[in-house]
Amino acid sequence: MNLEHTPSQTCGPYLHIGLTDKGSVMHIASPGIQGERLLLKCRVLDADGVPIDDAMIEIWQANAEGTYNHPADSRDPGPGAAFHGFGRAATDESGNCEFETIKPGRVPGPQSSLQAPHLNVLLFGRGILLHLHTRIYFDGDPANEADPVLRLVPEERRVTLFAHPDPERPGTWHFEFRLRGERETVFFDV
Amino acid sequence: MKSIQKDPSIHAYHRQQPDAQPSRVYDPYRSTVTRNPSKPLIFLPHTLSETTGPVYGHAPVSETDSDLTRQHKGEPLGERIIVTGRVLDDTGRPVPNTLVEIWQANAAGRYQHQRDQHPAPLDPNFSGAGRVITDENGNYRFVSIKPGAYPWFNHYNAWRPAHIHFSVFGRAFLSRLITQMYFPGDPLFAFDPIYQSIPDEKARQRMIAKFDLETTKPQWALGYRFDIVLRGPEATPFEP
Repeated sequence: MNLEHTPSQTCGPYLHIGLTDKGSVMHIASPGIQGERLLLKCRVLDADGVPIDDAMIEIWQANAEGTYNHPADSRDPGPGAAFHGFGRAATDESGNCEFETIKPGRVPGPQSSLQAPHLNVLLFGRGILLHLHTRIYFDGDPANEADPVLRLVPEERRVTLFAHPDPERPGTWHFEFRLRGERETVFFDV
Repeated sequence: MKSIQKDPSIHAYHRQQPDAQPSRVYDPYRSTVTRNPSKPLIFLPHTLSETTGPVYGHAPVSETDSDLTRQHKGEPLGERIIVTGRVLDDTGRPVPNTLVEIWQANAAGRYQHQRDQHPAPLDPNFSGAGRVITDENGNYRFVSIKPGAYPWFNHYNAWRPAHIHFSVFGRAFLSRLITQMYFPGDPLFAFDPIYQSIPDEKARQRMIAKFDLETTKPQWALGYRFDIVLRGPEATPFEP
């Protein structure tokens, strides 16, 4: 390593000007993309359970076959080649934002393991000097049990990484980011 | 808990350099206290999920996207500036075709944003947002006006030093960076908890652009250079 990193700073409360007024991507999967469709509803809460109305969430995910649209993933993307896999949205005044996407396939993990379907997530906001990195898994997926990353997380905290299906609206999933305190979401040192 | 061993098929990236990044909870910056985890982060080995990321090489970006002085009928008020530099990874390799997004206050220190209530004038000729894709050598260039300092409510008589927000992707989701570029010699550095949240003074100074006479255009605009260094791979990947 030769060069020193540029430090991170908060995006501040006016991030919308540069990032989401023109650059938000709430439809990660356009209607033609193959896969199990889902509407992901996210909510961001602070240590006191107060919704955060000036956060931004970015999502990066594989297609339904489990390949990433990126040169480092040399596998054949199959019918999912048209899928980009990036999403970005700011939270509204109630701390909510949502994404239309597809459930990703399983991507390779360490030692020829397969990871359970997951979304990679970054969270930015006022008061967040260095963005937070986490993952969203899908509650009830049989692959969760053996997922190599979930196994690194203390068992009682794994639930904080699961999106839950809406019992009344099939295809709708809910995920809560609790940044601190009770049932605090697991964040990763990446 | 189990640990996972390093996977030789993945080009892992360098980890964050300890003193180069801000403390997540930094008491002088009040809102960090309720918006950051209390539990330690869980160490994540790098898999394809982390070492891939959105590639923006073909995103549509127009010429006026990088010239913030030409986005309206008239010219914005203020000191015209050119801000240019390179996006590199920590191995010194340029990062080409990557999206750089910026946003800033106007010359009076006011953002074009409904939540900004600072009683300074808005400028009808300035929106304050720009975007550009780096060229094959990792270069980017913006034309803008110098933003003003502005007050905030963090503590009594709190003022932010003049800055431009920068957002960069790089090659992988883990190289993502949002930062702020400052201007040399700003007297507000000593009093700004956001700037001071970086423990190492040398690291803080890497967020300050350098005035550059070569970039400066005679009779037209002052030039500043600001290079951005992102996390890079542990070993340079083979490129066919």
